[in-house]
Amino acid sequence: MAHAIEVSHVTKVYRRYGRRRQFATLKSAIVSGTVVRDLRPDETFPALQDVSFSVTRGQTYGIVGRNGSGKSTALKIVAGITKPTTGSVRVEGRVSALIELGAGFHPEISGRENVFINGIMLGLSKREVARRFDEIVAFAELDDFIDAPVKTYSSGMYMRLGFAVAIHVDPDVLLVDEVLAVGDEAFTHKCLDKFREFRRRGKTVLLVTHQLGLVERFCDEVLWLDQGHNRAEGDPRRVVGAYVSAVEQREAVHLAAENARAREAVDASPATQPPDAAPEAAAAPPPTDDEPRDMFQATEGRWGSRQVEIVDVALLDEAGQPGHIFHTGAPMTIRLRVQAHAPVDDFVFGVGLFNADGVCCFGTNTDLEELVPERLEGAGEVRFHVERLDLTDGTYKLDVAVHKRDGVPYDYHRLLYTFRVTSRTRDVGIYRPPHRWHFSGNVRLRGPDA
Amino acid sequence: MLANLRQLVRYRGLVQSLVARELKARYRGSVLGFFWSFINPLLLLLIYSFVFSVVLPGTRPQELEPYALFMFCGILPWTWFSSSLLESANVLIASGNLIKKVLFPAEVLPVVTVLANMVHFFLGLPILGAFLVYYGAPLTPGELAWFPVVVLVQLVFTLGLALVLSALTVHFRDLKDILSNMLTFWFFATPIIYPMTMAPGVGRQLLNLNPMTHVMVSYQEILFYRGPFGHWKWLLALGAAAVAVFLAGYFLFDRLRDSFAEEV
Repeated sequence: MAHAIEVSHVTKVYRRYGRRRQFATLKSAIVSGTVVRDLRPDETFPALQDVSFSVTRGQTYGIVGRNGSGKSTALKIVAGITKPTTGSVRVEGRVSALIELGAGFHPEISGRENVFINGIMLGLSKREVARRFDEIVAFAELDDFIDAPVKTYSSGMYMRLGFAVAIHVDPDVLLVDEVLAVGDEAFTHKCLDKFREFRRRGKTVLLVTHQLGLVERFCDEVLWLDQGHNRAEGDPRRVVGAYVSAVEQREAVHLAAENARAREAVDASPATQPPDAAPEAAAAPPPTDDEPRDMFQATEGRWGSRQVEIVDVALLDEAGQPGHIFHTGAPMTIRLRVQAHAPVDDFVFGVGLFNADGVCCFGTNTDLEELVPERLEGAGEVRFHVERLDLTDGTYKLDVAVHKRDGVPYDYHRLLYTFRVTSRTRDVGIYRPPHRWHFSGNVRLRGPDA
Repeated sequence: MLANLRQLVRYRGLVQSLVARELKARYRGSVLGFFWSFINPLLLLLIYSFVFSVVLPGTRPQELEPYALFMFCGILPWTWFSSSLLESANVLIASGNLIKKVLFPAEVLPVVTVLANMVHFFLGLPILGAFLVYYGAPLTPGELAWFPVVVLVQLVFTLGLALVLSALTVHFRDLKDILSNMLTFWFFATPIIYPMTMAPGVGRQLLNLNPMTHVMVSYQEILFYRGPFGHWKWLLALGAAAVAVFLAGYFLFDRLRDSFAEEV
C-alpha cells in the first residue's frame, strides 16, 4: 500500500534563547562583538525526538498527547511550514493544513476578496477559486456578509469562512489541528460530514485533537506523542485507552499532592472553632436542603476541639488501594482513621460529597441513619463504602467530620479531599443512575460510527 | 535556490492578488482613497519648493529652473525606494501569523511590498507627466525609451535590498529603526534636491559610489535635462550590480528562510 505521509526519525529542536538574547539588539551585539554568538541559541528544546510514522493513503490518522507534547510541531513538519532538524518527511499530493483558520485574512477587505487570496495562498489558482466560490460561501453560511469587510465579522463567521476555504482546496492530504471546535453545533456537524466525505473519497487526513471520542470514531490509526517521543501507535481504542489511563495516573499524582497541600495548610493552624460558621451550621453535612446556605459558604478548612481526631483519610478503590480517580459506577470506600484522646460516648461520623460548583451531591452521618453511639476510645477505623459511584464525569470534593450529636465539632475537615470521577460517556448533570434504553421494534438505532 | 526562484514565478498569481489587496486595503476607509497616491508626493514637493524658493532662495544654480520639476523627478522614485525598504523591513514580522501557519514562500511578502510601492510610483507618474508638459520639458522619444530601463534597474536593486532587510529584521528587530535614519542620510547623500554638478570634486567621487545616484541622475537626464541620455553606461553597470545584489539578497533570504517560522 502506498504511503501518503512518511515521517522517518524526525527530530525537531527548537532554540530557546535566554534573557540576554531577548533584549539584545543589533547595536549592543555589534558593540560587544557578540553578533555571531548571539545568533546561537543558549539552550535547545527538543519538541520531537526520533518520531517516525507513516500514513497509508486514504487513512485517517490521529495524533493525541498532552499540551506541549509535540503534536502541532509534527503537523507543521508534515505541512512543510517548519523543517525537521534531522530526519526526513515525505508527503504525496496536495497538502492543505487547517492549522489556524483564516490566517492571512486581511481585516480591511471584503470576505469575497479574502476568499480569493486565501484560496490562492493555499495553492489554488484564481480560476479554481472562482469555480468553488459559491460552494465556499454556502458552506460558511455567509451569503449576506460576503461583501462586508472581514473586520466586521464575528469570530465564528471568521472561523467558518477560514474553514470553508481550507476544506475546499480539495487536498489529497488534509492536516487538521484542533479546529473542529469552531462555530456552533450545526456547523461542527457539517465539518464532520465533510470529513466523512473526505474519507469516502479516499483522501488522507491527519488529525490532531484533544477530543478523544472523535479520534476513536474517525481514526484508523492513532499516534500518541508524549514529550516529543513516540509513546504508542496503532489501534485507536487501545492507544486512546492507554493515553487516558496515563492521564489519569498523572492526575492522581496531582490530586494527591493537592490533598496533601490542603491538609498541611490547615494542620498548621491550631484547633479552632470555624471562623464564622455557627456551631449548628458546621454540624452534620445537611442531607436536606433546609439549611444549606452556611454550608455552601464555608470554604475549605479544618476546625474542631480535636478531642476526637481524624488522623487519616483515604479513598480506596475496588481492590482496596488508595486512589483519586474513580470510574463512574465503580465502588469507592472512604476510610477514616480516628483517634480519641479521651473516651467519648457522644459522637457522630459524617461524610459529604460536593461537586466542583460546590453543590452538595450527597451527605449523611451516623446520627441521621439512626446509629446510636456507644463508646469510642483510642484508635479506630471507620469505613464508608459506596457500592456504586454513580456520579458524572468531574472533580468532586469531600467533607468528613466527627462531631457531637448537638453539632459541636470534634474534628471537621471541610472540602480538604479531592477526587475525580471519569466517564467515557459525556452525559451531563451530577447523578448518573444505572440505566438502560429500550426500544420497540419500529425504533431502530445502532452503535456509534465505526 | 534556483528551484525556489522558479517557485516564486509559480506564485505570481498570489503576488498579483496580494499587491491588489495591499493597494485596496491601504486607502480603504479614507475619504480621498487613491488620491493619496498623488497627494503625498505633491505635498512633499510643496514643502521642498517652499524651503528652497522662499526660505533659502538663491542657493541653486540657474540650470535648475524650474526647480520644482527637477526635484519631482527625483522625489517620486525615491519615495518608492524608501517606503519599499521601510515596509519590507517590517513585513515578515507583521505577517508572522501567516509564516507560522500557512505554507507559502515567504519571499512573496517583501516582493509584494516593493511591487505595491511601485504601483504607487506609477500612479504618481501622471502628475509628473502633467508637470513635464506644463513646463515644456525637453522630452525626446529616444530618451524616454530609457525610462523603463531605469525603472527596471531600480526595481531589481530595491528587491535585493528588501529581501536582505526583511530577512535580517527577523533576527535584529531594531534594524528598522536604524533603517529610517539610514534612509534620511541616504536621501541627502543622493542628488535629489541638488544636482550632481553642485558636488565638489571629492564629493562627486563619493556620490558615484552611491548606487541610487545613478538611478536619480538617469531619471533627471531623461526627464529634466536637455540633450542626449549620457549616463547609460553607469546605468547598465548599475543594472548588472543590481542583479548581483538581488541574487545575493535572495541567497541570504533563502539561507535564513527556515528560521522565520520560529523567530517571528
